[in-house]
Amino acid sequence: MGKITNEELLTKINAQFADQLTEVGEPFGLLTLETTRENIIAVLSWLKTEPSLQFIFLTDITGIHYPENAGKEIGVIYHLHSLVNNIRIRLKVFLADGDVHIPTATTVWDGANWMERETYDFFGVLFDGHPDLRRILNVDDMTAFPMRKEFPLEDPNRVDKKDYFFGR
Amino acid sequence: MSDIQLVGAPAGVEGAGFFATSLDKAVGLARANSLWPLPFATSCCGIEFMATMASHYDLSRFGAERLSFSPRQADLLMVMGTIAKKMGPVLRQVYLQMAEPRWVMAVGACASSGGIFDTYSVLQGIDEIIPVDVYVPGCPPRPEAIIDGFMGIQELVKTETLRRRDTPEYQKLLASYGIL
Amino acid sequence: MQNHPVYSDNDPQNELSTLNLGPTHPATHGVFQNVLQLDGERIVSGVSTIGYIHRAFEKIAEHRPFYQITPLTDRLNYCSSPINNMGWHMTVEKLLGIETPKRVDYLRVIVMELARISDHIICNGVLGVDTGAFTGFLYMMEHRESIYEIYEEVCGSRLTTNIGRIGGFERNFNAIAFAKLRKFLVDFPKTLKEFESLFNRNRIFVDRTKGVACVTAEDAISYSWSGPLLRAAGVDYDVRAMNPYSSYEDFDFEVPVGENGDVYARFLVRNEEMWQSLRIIEQALTKLEKEPTDIFHADVPEFYLPPKEEVYNNMEALIYHFKIVMGEVPTPATEVYHSVEGANGELGFYLVNDGGRSPYRLHFRRPSFINYQMYAPMSRGMLLSDAIINMSSLNVIAGELDA
Repeated sequence: MGKITNEELLTKINAQFADQLTEVGEPFGLLTLETTRENIIAVLSWLKTEPSLQFIFLTDITGIHYPENAGKEIGVIYHLHSLVNNIRIRLKVFLADGDVHIPTATTVWDGANWMERETYDFFGVLFDGHPDLRRILNVDDMTAFPMRKEFPLEDPNRVDKKDYFFGR
Repeated sequence: MSDIQLVGAPAGVEGAGFFATSLDKAVGLARANSLWPLPFATSCCGIEFMATMASHYDLSRFGAERLSFSPRQADLLMVMGTIAKKMGPVLRQVYLQMAEPRWVMAVGACASSGGIFDTYSVLQGIDEIIPVDVYVPGCPPRPEAIIDGFMGIQELVKTETLRRRDTPEYQKLLASYGIL
Repeated sequence: MQNHPVYSDNDPQNELSTLNLGPTHPATHGVFQNVLQLDGERIVSGVSTIGYIHRAFEKIAEHRPFYQITPLTDRLNYCSSPINNMGWHMTVEKLLGIETPKRVDYLRVIVMELARISDHIICNGVLGVDTGAFTGFLYMMEHRESIYEIYEEVCGSRLTTNIGRIGGFERNFNAIAFAKLRKFLVDFPKTLKEFESLFNRNRIFVDRTKGVACVTAEDAISYSWSGPLLRAAGVDYDVRAMNPYSSYEDFDFEVPVGENGDVYARFLVRNEEMWQSLRIIEQALTKLEKEPTDIFHADVPEFYLPPKEEVYNNMEALIYHFKIVMGEVPTPATEVYHSVEGANGELGFYLVNDGGRSPYRLHFRRPSFINYQMYAPMSRGMLLSDAIINMSSLNVIAGELDA
């Protein structure tokens, strides 16, 4: 519950951005919109600076991998929070697997720096314009992106784990 | 009579003003009761170690009063917490910097065998890179268990030969880890 | 007569020295590394490296059923694991549409506030140790043992508690737990008062911490800081007050806010939060007296395991047990974001579900990770000892940093 409702928020966004955002839904009261990578930085900056909205708090940036959605495999998901109006919003951008470029949000919030590095580390999303895009949690010389669905959880090079005891 | 237990004297010949025992027993006694641990605390087991060092469980009763964060001045490397593959080389370098005699205690399930984290990024037990003397299981082990492990190390230290580093078994062990 | 060179702070040095702080270092409370370029004693620049305890929680969570993810959440911020556990349970309950009875909410509030107190005990105690004052830490750790005893009565474990279940708790709080809780509420305020008297107006401590690492509210929000760090900088954002969960709206508590965000303000904010947590626990105990004493979980047989006696004797309970463990219960295939006020800030859980018994994607919004990215930019121009104190006051828990 906040000082603006999701409908008012959606009306204001549509007034500003016409058809560039599609509404995906409102799961559990959190307005979720989808847009493209060309619009995302404009949307984020407008949401942050618009005086009636003031989404000044970037809660999180993360990624997701849907290997079955051809052409929209990798998603980048932004959660924003307006402290003044006590309302949150979720934005999603989907990218095709061979072309995972998206402009960086570090121009809008400094805090996006490590969040984007983590998304790059896990999913391979390349943030154009990021000051220091390198791996953050995994070892630096890792070539694969571990949170993608095809990467196995366990270390495949283990020699001491006998499959017989694990029912394999 | 107070109920505080002091360390007992080793077997030997006692007389008026002198006590004769073998050198390795005396040295073992001295070493065991003045171990300087290096708390290599990475995660949750490190917090249980803090509880062990605090006043309630007080590891310093056993002689481990002086923690050393520099490996060159430490006797006992207590590895407490998960060691990721990124941390492995750091742990090995710390172990190599320790001077003999040195002992290693793996505290917790993650240090012993990888624990609940059977993933691509976690080292499945520190004994893949350094030799370990005592394993303390638990997730995290209670302070009593850590103290029990510490007493196990003290037993090893007391009964060890004076110069373990010269024995062929030890040198073979280190060679198997690639440590010269 | 001096025959050695004398440097003043304004003399330019010709070369900078590189100092590697970590990952094994007594001052870094956990495994993270900072490679600092020093100009004498002053830091010119720094690069942080983390990931030394990356345990791939998010990847593991995709392979575990919901109730098996709770022990993973324990190990995020392991100094206050009940908060992580409760946050995860509330996320799943939000997804499944489970409403917990008031008594469960109040018990959860008690457990979470105890966890908050225990985390601040460590943070403020260790901040004292880093300035050289060991006594305060030892006095406070004794009460952490009392909190551990209360956890043991409820869930059996001290540190990584795995407390609670989806829908409530695994067993009712017994009389011993309440007795220990009441004793804690009598003993701890005395120690906290003594701790404050040792530090708050201590000349050495104030000189070391006042004016060190001041942060403006704009910078703090730009870096997505939350929790006591953001409140010390002047922004009163507390998830318990803004988006109340687990009946926090029934409680009367204040959110302490500082002014200039320096280390002293953070210390005071954490101390005051401990006082407010004690106040909340006392209110919860009063409220519990009006609730029926035998309810300790919601009535959701599809997600809450029935007691073993019933499983062996009752057909229905056996079927539910089977369905829960084998994952035959359908769950909504949607996404949910829920956040709780962790000891370090907003701890968020972003759960994307596909209808099965494991999440499709689970992401933890970890406050330590997001708070720590400001450390390297912030330490530019600081003296080395100030940077160490700054790191202590950020309360970076390595488990939450790397996940």
